[in-house]
Amino acid sequence: MLHTVSGSRTVVETQLAAYRYMLRARLLDEKFAALYRAGKIHGGVFLGRGQEALSAAIGISLKKSDVFAPLIRDAAGRLAFGEPIIDAVRTYLGSALGPMRGRDGNVHRGRPQEGYLPMISHLGAMVSVVNGILFARRMKGITGIVGAACLGEGATSTGAFHESLNQAAVEKLPLVLIVANNQFAYSTPTSSQFACADLANKATGYGVEAHALDGTDFSDCLETVGSAVARARAGHGPQLVVASLLRLCGHGEHDDAGYILPEQKNSPMGRDCLKVAEDWLQKNKLADPAQFAVWRSEAIREIEEAVAQAQREPAPDPYEEKWSALSSEHLNELRES
Amino acid sequence: MSITYLEAIREAQAHALRDDPRVFIYGQDVGAFGGAFKATKNLQKEFPGRVLDSPISEDAMIGLAVGTAIEGMRPIIEMQFADFSTVAFNQIVNQASTLFWRTNVPCPITVRLPFGGTSGSGPFHSQCLEAIYAHYPGLVVMTPATVEDAYSMLLSAVAIDDPVIFCEHKFLYYHLKAEKLPSEALPIGKARIAREGRDLTIVTYSAMVHEALAAADELATEGWQVEVVDLRSIKPLDTDTVVASVARTGRLLCVGEAWPWGGVTAEVIARVAAESYGLLDAPPQRLNAKDTPVPYHPNLWAAHRPTARSVAAAARKLIRF
Repeated sequence: MLHTVSGSRTVVETQLAAYRYMLRARLLDEKFAALYRAGKIHGGVFLGRGQEALSAAIGISLKKSDVFAPLIRDAAGRLAFGEPIIDAVRTYLGSALGPMRGRDGNVHRGRPQEGYLPMISHLGAMVSVVNGILFARRMKGITGIVGAACLGEGATSTGAFHESLNQAAVEKLPLVLIVANNQFAYSTPTSSQFACADLANKATGYGVEAHALDGTDFSDCLETVGSAVARARAGHGPQLVVASLLRLCGHGEHDDAGYILPEQKNSPMGRDCLKVAEDWLQKNKLADPAQFAVWRSEAIREIEEAVAQAQREPAPDPYEEKWSALSSEHLNELRES
Repeated sequence: MSITYLEAIREAQAHALRDDPRVFIYGQDVGAFGGAFKATKNLQKEFPGRVLDSPISEDAMIGLAVGTAIEGMRPIIEMQFADFSTVAFNQIVNQASTLFWRTNVPCPITVRLPFGGTSGSGPFHSQCLEAIYAHYPGLVVMTPATVEDAYSMLLSAVAIDDPVIFCEHKFLYYHLKAEKLPSEALPIGKARIAREGRDLTIVTYSAMVHEALAAADELATEGWQVEVVDLRSIKPLDTDTVVASVARTGRLLCVGEAWPWGGVTAEVIARVAAESYGLLDAPPQRLNAKDTPVPYHPNLWAAHRPTARSVAAAARKLIRF
């Protein structure tokens, strides 16, 4: 089911496909924001605005047989890895037919057995799970695969980040750890988060390879992430990718992000990666505004159809719910208290 | 020929490795060194590539185990001491225990926790954490008290499709011996009547079963017949066996080595009081460790945790109520 676009594309095809995932992700996010403002979504809505180029580059660099642990701003990467739009919509709208069946919502979705991991909220915690999948596959003799885990710069302060990157390095696992340094962990600026000159410097201490890139630059994202994934796949061990960019929205839609300074927004880091990609594609004569408009309307139609479908679907029914946290149902205690 | 509780744990792991290619062991010093307590002695040699040393990273150890479980493996993770599992707490209670419920993908991992007090071990090598894990949905928590149960329940733990917290008591490692390993066992979730009696029920588990049995011996010399119920697993908790015993004796004393606030003893008393109030001839009582960290010095440690003597004293008081 995952990966609707095949892995053997030309460079130009990859660029065009990546742009279209970015565009679809932006439009999907905007739809979720609109539904949130209309009171149609329970819980939070978290957008990837400003991070789509990096995210799409990750998803598009992976094969269907790889492993992907996205974070909250990875709508583009999820689509590129092959998540159907309906999975995202069903999870946000709480459809009983979605992959999480109303038990978890919004960005906490995935299909673990397809190598697509549903994040828990505790930052850094998914990285060692990716390590485990890579570790198990190696034990089974499966080679040539890569596991990508996404984090923000805030997560680099956690113990889980340290433990899992070190573990991957010790085991020489084909892990690609992508850190989107979007300058804020909720409202906390990088000055309160880390003291090294560049997060990519951390790679040296772990004995892993590092890649730094401009997260607003569509072609840099594709090239650098693609090469990190290729290095991991070729057996060069864990790769740390650090992307500099600016979050162009709040932490969630409840957050007006008043802490993001105007000078940051007006700096090169504040560029909108979607616009940068459009300019680049036009400059290289790969697409024109008429083509963008066609793609946009196709994406909107697809999103609206998915929303209409999920809205007609049943919500989870507490009387039908099994209320069993154990797979071994005979080990449940059949008591109401 | 006799076999210790610790050897039974090693044998169970060897058995699981032999029987099931999906099983592997991951933990600190478990490889060539054979583990801090030698629970994996020679297993790396016997099962090359399947008994693997981890860095000192409890969080990442459990995260890795969950990833391998998603891929269909059945990892056994050795925490060097139960106390250190608190570093992995997040991965156990948020990642492993929720995976099946969230995604319908089972998480068959076994986390071995060498737990409980031994003389001289002090605050950070003695803790009893069973209750805090039992509090979380999605975990099975086993607390074997015998050599036979250490063996058969560890085999069950590996076979179960859910995360199992396997609490093996360090105090029992070397002292407790059996003639041979069992070929059959009670099902998981079923308590055992360790000693029959009609005057008082002591409900307990793990090392405290042996303190309770010693207390029962002492009371027998005074003419009292004490029934001892070994819970075996605290989650699931076999309330039916407990209630049936209380129906016979009318008196309930719960004994646990863990700290007193909340926990297994409180849970058992709450259930019996709520479901079987009419069976009780006296207010149910409980005896736990003191509400301080576990002390280092043997004089302090012996007074900190329940012992045969303090269990007998509590039992006497309850019988005379």
